[in-house]
Amino acid sequence: MTYDKPVPAIDAESEPYWTGAREGRLMIQRCGRTGRCFLYSRRLAPGAEDADIRWIEAKGTGTVYSFTVCHTPAGPAFRDETPYVVACVELDEGARIVSNLVTGDIDAVRIGQRVEAFFDRVSEDLTIPKFRPAG
Amino acid sequence: MSRSPVIVGVADAPTHERGRALPGATVLSIQRDAAHEALAQAGLRMRDVDGLAVAGMWGMPGPGAMQPVLLTEYLGLEWPRYLDGTNIGGAAFVLHAGRAAEAIRSGQAETVLIVYGSLQKSQTARALGGRPAMFSNQWDIPAGLPLPVGAYAMAAQRHAHVYGSTRETLAEIAVATRAWAALNPAAAFREPMTVDDVLDARMIASPLGRYDCCLVTDGGGAVVMTTEERARDLRTPPVHVLGHGASASHTSIAHMPDMAKLEAAEHSSRRAYAMAGRRPAEIDLAMLYDSFTITVLMTLEALGLCGYGEGKEFVRGGRTGPGGAFPVNTNGGGLSYCHPGMYGLFTIIEACRQLWGLAGERQAEGVRTAICHGTGGVLSSGATLILSTENG
Repeated sequence: MTYDKPVPAIDAESEPYWTGAREGRLMIQRCGRTGRCFLYSRRLAPGAEDADIRWIEAKGTGTVYSFTVCHTPAGPAFRDETPYVVACVELDEGARIVSNLVTGDIDAVRIGQRVEAFFDRVSEDLTIPKFRPAG
Repeated sequence: MSRSPVIVGVADAPTHERGRALPGATVLSIQRDAAHEALAQAGLRMRDVDGLAVAGMWGMPGPGAMQPVLLTEYLGLEWPRYLDGTNIGGAAFVLHAGRAAEAIRSGQAETVLIVYGSLQKSQTARALGGRPAMFSNQWDIPAGLPLPVGAYAMAAQRHAHVYGSTRETLAEIAVATRAWAALNPAAAFREPMTVDDVLDARMIASPLGRYDCCLVTDGGGAVVMTTEERARDLRTPPVHVLGHGASASHTSIAHMPDMAKLEAAEHSSRRAYAMAGRRPAEIDLAMLYDSFTITVLMTLEALGLCGYGEGKEFVRGGRTGPGGAFPVNTNGGGLSYCHPGMYGLFTIIEACRQLWGLAGERQAEGVRTAICHGTGGVLSSGATLILSTENG
């Protein structure tokens, strides 16, 4: 079956993240000068200087910073999974990622909940890092 | 000061059938009609306009999306010398007004027209999906985050966690706004609503339900600005633009620095208050972009109308509704009056009507100074305007 959900428009600056995901590694960026970790946006890593940025592999563990249970899908491709959870996860390294929190117990999802990444190979070309309750 | 910037005319386009444009309207004609009406209120003509500000979701796709140029052509403006097409989302028009104020003050323009129009309802152009998963949205859109509602929902969830706001807090805002709309003949939804109605409505993205979300309507509006001196010869008493500010932070909600604080509004309003020489306690009316109920709660706090975490007490018991202690969104807001995609201009239109005492049944008492605040994107950008019947 073809994958009919929206796929990321991968660019040169995000390519290591998506390539890493295909290899089962959760990649984030780290500023060598400040030590702060982030993903794509410098917004949460004040002082991060482009010259010092390195890609590192994150442990994949973090906490739920916020979330929403989507009862109305973002288009027909998500209809069959409704309701589903989209969470903003703060990784233990500090970077934030928005992705799905896949759980059988939607009512138990809480801010501060511990989660861990897993790799959902949704198509030949695309693996999306998602999260599940830490086990 | 004679070149002090003032507002002398406003108009909003009439709609029918729950916010549908009148038959025969185009996205351009709805703006022209509003512009003519706003100019007529002041006693000005289109030929007096030498500055134009506009932003929208319309226009020729790709490199042809030059709204100020297209409207210059359509309105027949003669060699405008001031043009602004800055698009920071629905906050854009509040930013346009601030910049127009400076252009007028410095003599770059004499009379500036700010316009907006949209037929998004008639054209069923609005959907929760379908945005490209580009740049910082490479993560949230593939995850199926419905936009913009899902992002605001995450902020609401975080606000509840940090400050203890509840779904009832948000419902109070929807109910107070609806009560204002009941007094506004132009509002799309005027039927009374209770807190239980809001809580029982279909959930969209938790904790936001159907009535926590703004409407999808057509609509258009216009605001005309000029100098205090020019206004002496015009029909309307001037509304003085005392202060303004704008700011922005993120595109993806993932990168909102503190998801429980609308810091873009804090930054933009801080500058506006300083310029105006006013404190939050001196504000009589707040016209706040209410894309969602949570937007109002977070904006009240960020503008300093109450402290962070105090919003839930501030809105309790209909305090922001008709007869309440502090009027907010007296036109019925984006939640119940109209929301044609980018709503910011309507905050200015209603603030002026209240300052002129022209708000009819919904006129709030003793409104001398008003604050308008637009929020764009997913709590991404902010623009503030402080307006008053008095200069200084």
